[in-house]
Amino acid sequence: MAFTPRVGVYICHCGINISATVDVAAVAEYAASLPGVVVARAYTYMCSEPGQSLIKTDITELGLNRVVVASCSPRMHEPTFRATVSDAGMNPYCFEMANIREQCSWVHPGEAATTLKAKQLVASAVAKATLLQPLEVRQVPVTPSGLVIGGGVAGLQAVLDIADAGYPATLVERSGALGGNVAQLYRVFPTLEPAVELLNSLVERVTSHPRITVMTGAEVTAVGGYVGNFKVQVRRNDEVVEVPAGAIIVATGFEPFDPHRKPELGYGAYPQVITTLEFERLEAQDFTLAIEPKRVVFIQCVGSRDQEVGNSYCSRVCCMVTAKQARLVRQRFPKADVNVFYMDVRAYGKGFEEFYDKAREEGVIYRRGNPSEIIRRGERVVVRAEDTLLGEQVEVEADLVVLAVGMRPRADNEVIAGLLKLARSADGFLLEAHPKLRPVDTAVAGVFLAGACQGPKDTSESIIQARAASAAAMTLLMRGQVQVEAATSFIDEELCAGCGQCALVCSFSALSLHPIRGKMTVNQVLCQGCGSCAVTCPSGAINVHHFTFEQFMAQVDVLSDVTTWPVSVS
Amino acid sequence: MLQIESRQFAQEYKLFACIQCGKCTGGCPMAAKTKLNPRNLIYRVLIAGNGFDLEGREELWDCTTCNTCASRCPKQVNPMEAVIAMRSAIVEKGRVHPNVKTALESTFRHGNPLTMPREDRNLWADGLPIKPFEESTEYLYFVGCTPSYDPRIQKVAQALVRLLATTPLNYGYLGSEESCCGSEVRRLGEAGLFEMIVEDTTELYKNLGVSKMFTTSPHCFNAYKNDFPAVAGEKSHPMQVQHYTQVLASLIERGELKFSGSLEKTITYHDPCYLGKHNGVFDEPREVLSSIPGVNLVEMDRSREKSLCCEGGGGRMWLEGTNPGTRLAQQRIQEALDTGAQVLATACPFCLATLDEAVKHLNADDKLQVMDIAELAAQAI
Repeated sequence: MAFTPRVGVYICHCGINISATVDVAAVAEYAASLPGVVVARAYTYMCSEPGQSLIKTDITELGLNRVVVASCSPRMHEPTFRATVSDAGMNPYCFEMANIREQCSWVHPGEAATTLKAKQLVASAVAKATLLQPLEVRQVPVTPSGLVIGGGVAGLQAVLDIADAGYPATLVERSGALGGNVAQLYRVFPTLEPAVELLNSLVERVTSHPRITVMTGAEVTAVGGYVGNFKVQVRRNDEVVEVPAGAIIVATGFEPFDPHRKPELGYGAYPQVITTLEFERLEAQDFTLAIEPKRVVFIQCVGSRDQEVGNSYCSRVCCMVTAKQARLVRQRFPKADVNVFYMDVRAYGKGFEEFYDKAREEGVIYRRGNPSEIIRRGERVVVRAEDTLLGEQVEVEADLVVLAVGMRPRADNEVIAGLLKLARSADGFLLEAHPKLRPVDTAVAGVFLAGACQGPKDTSESIIQARAASAAAMTLLMRGQVQVEAATSFIDEELCAGCGQCALVCSFSALSLHPIRGKMTVNQVLCQGCGSCAVTCPSGAINVHHFTFEQFMAQVDVLSDVTTWPVSVS
Repeated sequence: MLQIESRQFAQEYKLFACIQCGKCTGGCPMAAKTKLNPRNLIYRVLIAGNGFDLEGREELWDCTTCNTCASRCPKQVNPMEAVIAMRSAIVEKGRVHPNVKTALESTFRHGNPLTMPREDRNLWADGLPIKPFEESTEYLYFVGCTPSYDPRIQKVAQALVRLLATTPLNYGYLGSEESCCGSEVRRLGEAGLFEMIVEDTTELYKNLGVSKMFTTSPHCFNAYKNDFPAVAGEKSHPMQVQHYTQVLASLIERGELKFSGSLEKTITYHDPCYLGKHNGVFDEPREVLSSIPGVNLVEMDRSREKSLCCEGGGGRMWLEGTNPGTRLAQQRIQEALDTGAQVLATACPFCLATLDEAVKHLNADDKLQVMDIAELAAQAI
């Protein structure tokens, strides 16, 4: 018996997000008239429990075999509705989505043309739905181990969590020692505990853990495989080893801003001008200065919130680092004047505002204004600024100036991003899958981010993200199996000439020449369904399941049918 | 009342980006001694609702357009350009200072702001080995108004010509056909006249086939390099524009300019704002100086990005501003004296004039000589 599509179409109001600009009832009425459509309804929230029930009931009662939901972006709710139709016994790949929110109601003024466009998007989705094929969702076993790149606090915490949960884990650190940037610190805010004590206990637990392999002086040189089954090449000295891992956590950290890039501040030219990191070292060495400082000036936001050097972002930690160091100066040299030049004090964390209060109570003077330049006057330097609260240009002589240098993405982020096929945000830090909802995931399944490689963070925030990343990784490891993408590419061997151009463009090494048949074959596990091969193939021999040329053409044909649509809308 | 549409103004000059950090004012050389406060000015425009009154804002004429404010701004706001635009709004209402009026009229009539006759523009070059610019000439040497007429500054252009005569450089000049670049006209707020200058000059250079040029003054250099393309837009005539120190540096590098003599002097170099802070040309002038045999180049504390403005830019050669007190140039002479240098070198006609005046005012001319790099280099050939 020939296949007869029975399509159900569901138009979502999304509260007023869609219904305020799109006549949803008219769209539903129109959808009902389309070929193959058995039922069309409009409802307030399709993603809600009653909305989903509506679909399930219709599948059962009306014998639907294809479902179209016209609502938001598939990025938002495709997984939701695929699960809904699965629940009712339909293959999830027999579901299609029309995005009438981001691509229609949110971006158009809400006149007749807006509703018309919604109708067109629905018609196009229905045209594709009638041609959809069920696809098999397959599972492959997961390699039950984790790999963490970077041995700072975030990497240490992440590898420890994975190992504590019972899985073997490998920590790869490029330098010779563990601890990263925190190892450079003397005391931490807001507790003023010695950084070395916090770090040592963490390092000790990692290095002595029976399930953790620590590789220092080691570098990741290549990453193969896919979610659940990565194969990571690690080079140490001249030896390269391959480490299998089910999940990867990137915790490569940051590098401090180089204040040589602000020549007007005289760093490098005047010995009295140091960075906050150098201050930590001075403290750690018991502050052996040639002379006791009578006036110390701290300057905030050096290389942060500064488009001139390409760092638009706030580095988040410097306000508290400065407050901490200003207090340490006041405690060590009670007679010293301490001035902090700031633009805004961002004491947002738990205990931060209280810490800032203490700094002022202990006599640290906060002056609003970002100094413009530092010049020399005799043995001292002069900080030239506008005290913006006075509205006057001021010159403050100092015998020590501390620049609160911000955080920069590491120079080699590009390399690590290339190896793992990760994206970077405009600021150069590694990009999370979604800034609000998926801050730990990346766009690559099975690869997670922890710590300052994703953006400026303090120690506790790095630990928080590390624990989240390891939990996400463990979810994968504990499940033991991973679903592989069913919308992969496939070859029409009648048309394939075996030229191999598809293999050249494939980022996942999923295509190879069959040694006997002389035709290309697709590794269905490696293939991510990106479609590069399909558009490259000169013979048109490659299609992608769920995105076939036939399906695309049906969508386009519906839209280009001028008998259905007015040619121009005024 | 001298109102500007403040909202539109803030939009046009991107003042909404300002976070009131005060970097502009902290570094402003005039903020210390006048009412000029770029940060405060921006804030007042932002909170003015829809009209900002320029009446009585005499401090707008104090700005030397040294570009410190813009170069320090972390949010890429350009307070200097906003000041110039406010000046334009005042000029547009016909409120022009008498001195300025004369300079602008002279530029319009005679092609120079110095009220000098056009036909005399060429006198400085009498008997010098310099050719007119022709079709086969590679570089146009744009002399500029002050070097053409001012007896002290003429020596700079003359020295440069003598210097270049020892090199194979194929260059020529326009003689009395040359007209003011309009840099100071623009900075004095006469945007309309500047547009006219751009249009006429672009047409002239296009017809002459000028593709490479160099200037005596960093102000002319900046006008041709930056202001011309900004104003002319699509109609601009693409040219490689250099300052003469850049030309000399590359001649030296190619071995085409050689010094047979020497100059046993300790020299310190004052970065002109329009060369350094405006255009990032810090190295070439120093390369020229240090390649002169015998020269001991020492640096002042405030050099390169931190160079102190001489107060000669932004039309200040014609306007006193609100503070006729101690000139920045005098402070600068003191800084030069502190280095123990015998010569304060610079590479800008305005700097040369203001610093020369300051050194005389301080009775320090027996200790410190103010000279242009071209003059110093010419002494060693």
